[in-house]
Amino acid sequence: MATEVQGIEAAEAEGEGVRRRDFINIAAVSFAGVGGLAVLFPLINQMNPSADVLAQATTEVDLSAIQAGQAIKAVYRSQPLFVRHLTDKEIAEADAVDVSTLRDPQTLEQRVVDGKKHWLITMGVCTHLGCVPLGAGEGENRGEYGGYFCPCHGSAYDTAARIRKGPAPKNLVVPPYKYTSDTAILVG
Amino acid sequence: MSFPWAEHYTPKNPLMKWVDEKLPLPRLVYNAVGAGYPVPRNLNFFWNFGVLAGLALTIQLVTGIILAMHYAANAGIAFDSVEHIMRDVNAGWLLRYAHANGASIFFIVVYIHIFRGLYFGSYKAPREMVWLLGVVIFLLMMATAFMGYVLPWGQMSFWGAQVITGLFAAIPVVGEPIQTWLLGGFAPGNAALNRFFSLHYLLPFVIAGVIILHIWALHIPGSSNPTGVEVKGPQDTVPFHPYYTAKDGFGAGVFMIVFALLVFFGPNMLGHPDNYIAANPMSTPAHIVPEWYFWPFYAILRAFTMDLTIPFTGIVLVPAKLLGVLAMFASILLLFFLPWIDTSPVRSGKYRPLFRKFFILLIVDVLILGYCGGAPAEEPYVMISQLAAAYYFAHFLIILPLIASFERPDPLPGSITEAVLAKSGLTVDEAKPVAAAAE
Repeated sequence: MATEVQGIEAAEAEGEGVRRRDFINIAAVSFAGVGGLAVLFPLINQMNPSADVLAQATTEVDLSAIQAGQAIKAVYRSQPLFVRHLTDKEIAEADAVDVSTLRDPQTLEQRVVDGKKHWLITMGVCTHLGCVPLGAGEGENRGEYGGYFCPCHGSAYDTAARIRKGPAPKNLVVPPYKYTSDTAILVG
Repeated sequence: MSFPWAEHYTPKNPLMKWVDEKLPLPRLVYNAVGAGYPVPRNLNFFWNFGVLAGLALTIQLVTGIILAMHYAANAGIAFDSVEHIMRDVNAGWLLRYAHANGASIFFIVVYIHIFRGLYFGSYKAPREMVWLLGVVIFLLMMATAFMGYVLPWGQMSFWGAQVITGLFAAIPVVGEPIQTWLLGGFAPGNAALNRFFSLHYLLPFVIAGVIILHIWALHIPGSSNPTGVEVKGPQDTVPFHPYYTAKDGFGAGVFMIVFALLVFFGPNMLGHPDNYIAANPMSTPAHIVPEWYFWPFYAILRAFTMDLTIPFTGIVLVPAKLLGVLAMFASILLLFFLPWIDTSPVRSGKYRPLFRKFFILLIVDVLILGYCGGAPAEEPYVMISQLAAAYYFAHFLIILPLIASFERPDPLPGSITEAVLAKSGLTVDEAKPVAAAAE
C-alpha cells in the first residue's frame, strides 16, 4: 500500500505516469476501434447489389397487344411484373368494395395512373414471402376474388391486386412507372 | 477433467513418449474418447446418436469437398454442372446421392439425439452448456442445409431461397433492405448463389468447431445416463474404450445399412422432383415445400394467417406475416431456455410418469406439424397446423412448468449400479460376493 500511495503522489507531482498511460490506452483502443469499424463497412457493404445488378433497373412494356381481360408477365429488376388490362366488369368489382374493410386500404384509382383505369401494373411478387402469384398467365387460377392467387400460402388478391385473404400483409406493390406514349410504359 | 479413478495415459512406445512430451495430442484423444474417459455403464442405444451425428458430419464433409471439385457456383451453369456430376463425373451420382441423403440422415440422427436429451433430461444442470451448444449446432445445421439446397439451382432451390430470405423482409422498416443485402440483388441470382456456396463450404467447419466445445462441455460433468442419477463411484462406470467404442461401432454398422438403403434404393425418395427443373424466376412451382426436415417449422410459419390487432379498433399491432416468422424462430429459440423452464429436479423421464405422457404427446404433435408442413396451404391443414403449433408452445411454456410442480416422481434408484443390478433381481449387497468370487 505504502509504495502505491507514494507512486500516485509521485505521478501527480510529475503530472504523468498513471494518468498519461490511461490516456494512451484509451486513445489507442479508440483509434483501433474506429479503424476496425471503418474496415467492417466495406466487408458488409460488399453484399449489397453490385453495379451491374443495379444497372438493369428499368423496363419498357408495350401495352398495345394486350386484350381486355388479359395480363402479361414482364421482367423488372429480375422479378416478374404483372401488366393487366382490366375489363369494365373487373373495375366495377374493384370499385364495389368498401375500402375501409380492406387489410391494406387503397382504392383502384390510387393504384393506377389517372385516366388509365384499365391498366393495372403491379409487381408479380406476393407480399407474403415473395412467390409469383398465379393469374397473369392464360387459364391460371385467379383465386376467389378474381385477381391473383398465390399458391405458396394461399393469399388471394382481388381485381385491383389488393390483398383480400391469406397471410400476405400488403397489396401487390405498384412500382414507379410512367407512360412514354399512349400504349407504352417505362417502369423504374 | 475426469473422475479420479479414470485410467491414466502411459505411453510405452518411446516414440509415443517423445510425442507426448512435445504435443500431448494422443493423451487428449485417450482422455476424450479412449480408455481415459469413464462413462456410466448403463447407456442404452439412444446414446449412440451423438457419435452417429459426428459420423454423418464426416460423410457430409468428405462428399461435399469432393462435390465442390466438380460443381460450378454460377447461376448460368450451376444446374448443368449438377447434371454433369450426375452423368459424366466418375461415381458422381454416388457422391451426390450420398451428400443429399447424408443431409437427411444427419437430421434424422440429430432429431433422435435431441429427443433423447428431451426425454432423459440431459439438458438439466449441470449439463446446460452442453444443451445450449447443441442448439447452436442445430441452428448452424439448418442454415447450412438451407444454403446447400439452393446450390443445384433448381426450382425448389430458387424459390426456397426467395421464401427463406423473404422471412427477413417481414422485419419492420429494415426488413427489405436486409433481404436485398442477403441476396445481393432484388431476387435470388448469381450473387446469392455464390455467397451461399461460400458459406455452405464454411459452416460445416464452424459446426465441427462447436462440436468440439459441445464435447468439451459434456466431459466436465461427464455423460448423463438413462436413470438420470449421477455417477457415485468407480462401480458405476466403464472406460469409453473398448466398451462404448464397440457399442458405437455396432451402431455405426446399423447406420451405414440404413444409409446405403437410402442412397442405393431410394435416392430421390426424400427429395422433391421439382428440383430437377432448372430455376425459373418467372414461375413459382404450384406447391413450394422445403426439405422434409424443415416441415414442422414451416407448418408453424404458415399457421399464422391473422394479424394481431387491438380488439374492435382494427389497428394492426403485428401483421400475420411477422407473427409467423417470429413464431417459427421462437419455436427453436425457446429451446435455449429449456434448462430453466423445466424445474423438476428429476432428470430422467423414466421416473416421471406424468412427464412421460406429455412427452409422447409432444412427439405426436411434432409429427403432425411435420405432416402439415409438407402438405399444401389449404384446409384442413392450416387449421391443424394452428392447433398443433399452439400445443407445441403450450408444451414448453405451460405444461412443462406445471408438471414440474404437480408431478410425484417414482422413487429413484440409489445409484446406477443398483439400477443395473435390479434388472437381474439383485441388490448391491448380494452382488458383492458374486463380484468377489469372479475376481
